[in-house]
Amino acid sequence: MQQFEFTGAVLPPAAEAARGSIRAFLAEEVAAARFQPHRCTWSSFDSGFSQRLGAAGFIGITWPEEYGGQSASSLTRFVITEEILAAGSPCGAHWIADRQSGPQILRHGSERAKREILPRIARGECYFGIGMSEPGAGSDLAAVRTRAEKVEGGWSISGQKIWTTNAHHVHYMIVLARTGERGESRHEGLTQFVVDMQTPGIEVRGIRDMAGNHEFNEVFFDNCFVPDDMVLGAEGDGWALVTGELAFERSGPDRFLSDYQLLVGLIDAVGPAPDRLQAVEIGRMVAELASLRRMSTSIAGMLGRGEQPVVPAAIVKDLGTGFEQALPEVARRLVDCEPSLGAEGPFAEALAETVLRAPSFSLRGGTREILRSMIARGIGLR
Amino acid sequence: MTDTQNEMAAIVAEQAERLFAGAVSRERLEAADGGPFDTQLWTEVQQMGLPLALLAETEGGIGLALGQAFGLARRAAAHALQLPLGETMIVAALTSTPAEAPATLALAKDDGALPSVAWGGDAAQVLVADAQGWQLVDAADVSTSERRNLAGEPRCDLTRVAEQGRSVAVPDWLSADTDSPVEALRAVGALLRSVQISGALGRAVELAVRHATERQQFGRPLSKFQAIQHMLAVATEESAAVWAVSDAAAEGWGRPGFVLRAAMAKSRAGLATGRVAAIVHQIHAAMGFTREHELHFTTRRLFSWREEFGSDALWDEWIGRRVCAAGGAALWPQLVASTTAHATGEDAA
Repeated sequence: MQQFEFTGAVLPPAAEAARGSIRAFLAEEVAAARFQPHRCTWSSFDSGFSQRLGAAGFIGITWPEEYGGQSASSLTRFVITEEILAAGSPCGAHWIADRQSGPQILRHGSERAKREILPRIARGECYFGIGMSEPGAGSDLAAVRTRAEKVEGGWSISGQKIWTTNAHHVHYMIVLARTGERGESRHEGLTQFVVDMQTPGIEVRGIRDMAGNHEFNEVFFDNCFVPDDMVLGAEGDGWALVTGELAFERSGPDRFLSDYQLLVGLIDAVGPAPDRLQAVEIGRMVAELASLRRMSTSIAGMLGRGEQPVVPAAIVKDLGTGFEQALPEVARRLVDCEPSLGAEGPFAEALAETVLRAPSFSLRGGTREILRSMIARGIGLR
Repeated sequence: MTDTQNEMAAIVAEQAERLFAGAVSRERLEAADGGPFDTQLWTEVQQMGLPLALLAETEGGIGLALGQAFGLARRAAAHALQLPLGETMIVAALTSTPAEAPATLALAKDDGALPSVAWGGDAAQVLVADAQGWQLVDAADVSTSERRNLAGEPRCDLTRVAEQGRSVAVPDWLSADTDSPVEALRAVGALLRSVQISGALGRAVELAVRHATERQQFGRPLSKFQAIQHMLAVATEESAAVWAVSDAAAEGWGRPGFVLRAAMAKSRAGLATGRVAAIVHQIHAAMGFTREHELHFTTRRLFSWREEFGSDALWDEWIGRRVCAAGGAALWPQLVASTTAHATGEDAA
C-alpha cells in the first residue's frame, strides 16, 4: 500500500536523559542572554557557543571514545540535535562538522585524520565547510571540474568551489575533485579530500546573500597540496562517498526546524485567545510539524540500525522544507506586522529573517527537484 | 509483545488481506454502493475474529497490539471494505464486550440529535456520546432515517425512541484530556478515520503509479515524464506523512494525551486528502473520473472520511486554540510528547 513506512522509533532512556541535560544547558545560555533565539539559525556562526556545547559533551557523541566521542546512539544524537534547533541557538560553527564531515572522516578517513581532527570537532573547536558545488556543477554535481593531480606524497588541487557556507571561518573543507575520467556513468574518477584551509594556494571570497549576510563563499584552489592521508576512501570512490555524505546532510531535523522560533513567536504574537482563522492556521501548521517530527525520529531509528534511508530522508526533506517555507507565509497573514530587520521587535525581526532566508530552504542540501526525482526512482518510475 | 503474539498478529493480517483482496470485488462494492448491507461478507469478517482485534484477550478478544489492530482497519480501508469493521472493533474495546455483531459510534448534537451515523441502520448496537456521558444503545431503541455519504456508505440520522441503554464509563485516559464525552468519542472516531484515510491514500497512490506505468502517450509511459514523476513523488510524501502521524495516534490509544494525537492525525489526513486526490485524479485523467474505473471507490471514501468525526478545519482549530492558550514556549515539549513512539509491549489499553 505505502512503499515507504516510517516505523516509530522508541527513544532509549539515555536519549531522554540527554534531553534533560541539553535543555538545562540551553536554558542557561538563554538566561545568560548569550544568544537571541529569534535571530539564529543553524548557519549562524558563533564559535563561543560551539565551544561551550563541545565542552559540555554535546558534539560528536556517536563517535568512539578514542576519537573524542561517547559511543552514544544516533537516537541520542537526534534528541540533542532537535533540542538545539528548537531552541533557536547559533549552532552554525560546528554544525556541518558534527552532521556530516566528522561522520565522513570516521567512516572513510585515515587513522591520522581521525585522531587529529575528530576530537577537536567534538570539543567544538574545529569547523568544516562543504566543497561540492561549483559554478558549473549545482544540481548536476557529477559535472565538477576541480582537479586533483597526483604529486609526491599527496595531491595537488586546482579549481573552484562555490556556495561554501562559512568558508571564511572554517578550518577544513571536504572537497570533491576529479582525479580521473568520468566514464559512461559520469560518476567515475571522483575523489574526496580533507583540505586544511591554512594550506597555501587557497583563496576565499565572500558572497553576500539577499539578506545582506556573509555566509556563502567562493573558494579558489591553485595547486593546493593535500597529503595522501587526507584522502577519504579510495581514489575514484568520491561519488559513492559524496552520496553517503548527502544522506547525512538531508536526514536530520534541521530540514523542518530552521525557522521553528518563528512559530513560537507567531503563537505569542497571536496571544492566548486566537480568532478562528488564527487558530485554524496555527493548528494546521502544528499538525504538519507533528507528522514531520514523527518521520524524522523514524529516520534516526533507521540510521541507528545501520540502514541507509536515502529515499525516506528525501521525503522528509522535501516535506520539511515545504513546511519551513509555508511558515512565514502563514505568519504574515495572521499578524499585522511588517517584517523588519531594524529594531521593530522580535517578531518583526524573526519574520524578516525568515522571509529572506526561506528561498534557500529548498535549495541547500539538494534541490526540491532533485529530491522528487530521487523519490520517483524509489517508487519505480525511473 | 511475545513472539507468539507477533506470529498470531502476522497470521491474522495475512488472512484478513486474503479475505479483503478476494471478497471485496468491484461487483460487491458496486452492490453495496447505495445498496444493502453485505451480510455474507460480514459473516466472513466475523468468523475471522476481526471485530475483536482491539479487545484484550482477558475480555474475550484477540488483543492485538495497537499498531496491529489499527493496521487491520488500514488494510480494510485500502480495499475500500464496505463494512463497519473499525467501528465495531472500537465499540468492543471501549465497552469491554466481545460482541461481534456490527456496531457503530454516534455523537449527539446539543439537542440530542444523532446525525450521520455510519451504518446506523445496520448496527446491532450504537455507542452514543452525549453531554452526560456514553451509553450503549440497542438498535431496537432507535429509529433510523437513512442517508448515504459521498461514497454511498450508509450514514443514518438516528433518534432514540426509548431511554434504555447501558451506561459506559468514559475511560480515564480520555477523560484526562477532555471534560466532554462527545469530544472524547469524536477523537476516537477521528483516529479511526485517519487510519482509514492512510490506507486509502496508500491505495490511491498505488493505483496512480500503476496507471502512469501502463498508460502510454507520446510514445512512452506517463511515468517517464518528469512532471508526472514529481506529482507522484508529492503524493507519496503526503501519504507517508499520514501513515506516520496516524501511527502516532494509534499508539496513543489508552494513554492521556490521546486526543491531541488524534487531532493532529485527522488534521494532517484531511490536508493530505485534498492534495493526493487532486494528483491521482489528474494522472488518471478522464478514465479515473468515471464509474467504470475503480479509483472512485477510494477517492469518494477519502472525500467522505475527511469530513467525519471532525473535519481537518475543526481539529485545526481545536489544536490552534489549545496551543495558543499554552503559549509558544509550551509547544515544543508538547510536540515531543505527542509524537514520540511508545515501546511495544507497553500498550496501556
